[in-house]
Amino acid sequence: MDRPKKQGFRLSYLLLLLPFAAMLWVPSYNRVEPELAGIPFFYWYQLMWIVLGALILLPVFLGERE
Amino acid sequence: MSLNPVAVAIFIALFVFVTLLGFWASRWRRGDMSHLHEWGLGGRRFGTLVTWFLLGGDLYTAYTFVAVPALMFGAGATGFFAVPYTILVYPILFAVFPRLWSVAHKHGYVTAADFVRGRFGSRSLALAVAVTGIVATMPYIALQLVGMEVVIAGLGIPTTLAIGGMVIPEAPLLIAFVVLAAYTYNSGLRAPAMIAVVKDALLYITVLAAVIVIPAELGGYGAIFKAVDPKTLLLGASTPGNLGPQAAYATLGLGSALALLLYPHSVTGLLSSSSRAAVQRNAVILPAYSFALGLIALLGYMAVAAGVKADPAFASGFKAFGNNFAVPALFLKSFPAWFVGVAFAAIAIGALVPAAIMSIACANLFTRNIYKEFVAPAASHARETAVAKIVSLLVKLGALFFIIELPTQYAIQLQLLGGIWIIQTLPSVLLGLYTRKLHPTALLIGWAAGIGAGTAMAWANAFKSSIYALHVFGLTVPCYAALSSLILNLAVAAVLSAVIRTPHADATKAEDYALG
Repeated sequence: MDRPKKQGFRLSYLLLLLPFAAMLWVPSYNRVEPELAGIPFFYWYQLMWIVLGALILLPVFLGERE
Repeated sequence: MSLNPVAVAIFIALFVFVTLLGFWASRWRRGDMSHLHEWGLGGRRFGTLVTWFLLGGDLYTAYTFVAVPALMFGAGATGFFAVPYTILVYPILFAVFPRLWSVAHKHGYVTAADFVRGRFGSRSLALAVAVTGIVATMPYIALQLVGMEVVIAGLGIPTTLAIGGMVIPEAPLLIAFVVLAAYTYNSGLRAPAMIAVVKDALLYITVLAAVIVIPAELGGYGAIFKAVDPKTLLLGASTPGNLGPQAAYATLGLGSALALLLYPHSVTGLLSSSSRAAVQRNAVILPAYSFALGLIALLGYMAVAAGVKADPAFASGFKAFGNNFAVPALFLKSFPAWFVGVAFAAIAIGALVPAAIMSIACANLFTRNIYKEFVAPAASHARETAVAKIVSLLVKLGALFFIIELPTQYAIQLQLLGGIWIIQTLPSVLLGLYTRKLHPTALLIGWAAGIGAGTAMAWANAFKSSIYALHVFGLTVPCYAALSSLILNLAVAAVLSAVIRTPHADATKAEDYALG
């Protein structure tokens, strides 16, 4: 159990920067069109990123477990 | 507001149920309760699922669930910053906090200040981290009471109780908090962990019902967004000389995400989990709460579309609580009485969980990093735990006094300052997980510079807003004061670390941070 894990930087961790790029670039999503079921882009796009943010973590997590 | 008997009965029944659960919790995965890591960290035995409930109940507080839609209701798109905020928390949790879990597990650290003490061998830096944590958390506990106050008023329960000529103000709130204090004292972190399971079940049911039933009553999501003032539906555009509200939005999201996990209640929740993998798994599954929060934020717009503010039935509620009454009013208007009881119980119980964890976290900090460090270094485990239990009571009493005696506005302003203060521990705690090269004296001076600058910026805004406009080469950048003051803090700490070359003690080894 107390075995040190592989040290050093893993390339897959770069994936973790994607949510930052997407969310901090506000002008890319500060608009109404295209709407989804009456919901403006600004809102559904950010809600969608909650799911994407979690999905991005999954391969990084599984890669680390191996 | 008139008393709503069905809703009140359901509300009280659920409240009594979680109270029994809270007392029973001390028997759950029983440990030697005279040890602080048993009382204050649940014995570090919580698996992935319990950690998920605990952290979910802890990070997404009742106040959040009331205040975020209230901000959407009043100010529009700006209030939605809670969504990018909670999106950015999880990559940070995933990448950084397993290291804290590992080093804390190896060395028996209970608080972030314990770690700083070990990493940098500095009592004064550890004290700064501990005091910042306690001071930033106190108003946060007080604000949980606001969430509770709002739903109690919404149920029409009279708030003053007269017993034989003696008038007690805020009696329901007082009773709720005395009960909370009693089972937290008795069961420690196990109580909120168990109650969090009930709270979350109620919360998800409420959110699910709200996003299906209410839009159907209001004519669909299209109609809801059409009711919102088009001027606030999006963030204001930037101009050539001014980045405008979009910069404020981005910096608020990033700064809040960086600050959240530094709060003592976050650290307590993370360190109580049984493994490093449980922390990482939680980074993947906690966004489920973010999604619920995103939907709850939209309740603010549903309240606009439902026209609750113009409804005379809710005039007194809005008068007493401002826009924080928007969501309770929406529920009263849209749901049958029995479901109002369920939904309001979700909010009130949702206040108990974080209030318990925050008071435990403050108690851990006080006991480990002030009492044991400076007052009674020879204190036994049992003595340490006894002190922590009493401090958890005092902290809650303080919060109660605060909310009953002082205007709510003070708690809100202090909580705003709390975010600016807690982020100043980032260089010591988070960078400390990666490098020992920063010098404790440099970190302490950086911390002081950040606190000073951040507080000055909030003061310049008369403590009404945490967005302070910076002027960079002729460009105006509205920026969250926590973020800009953190940059100053980091710069000071880095420069002084290059100058101060005296070696410092370090009780940790590089491999301690990667132990699984």
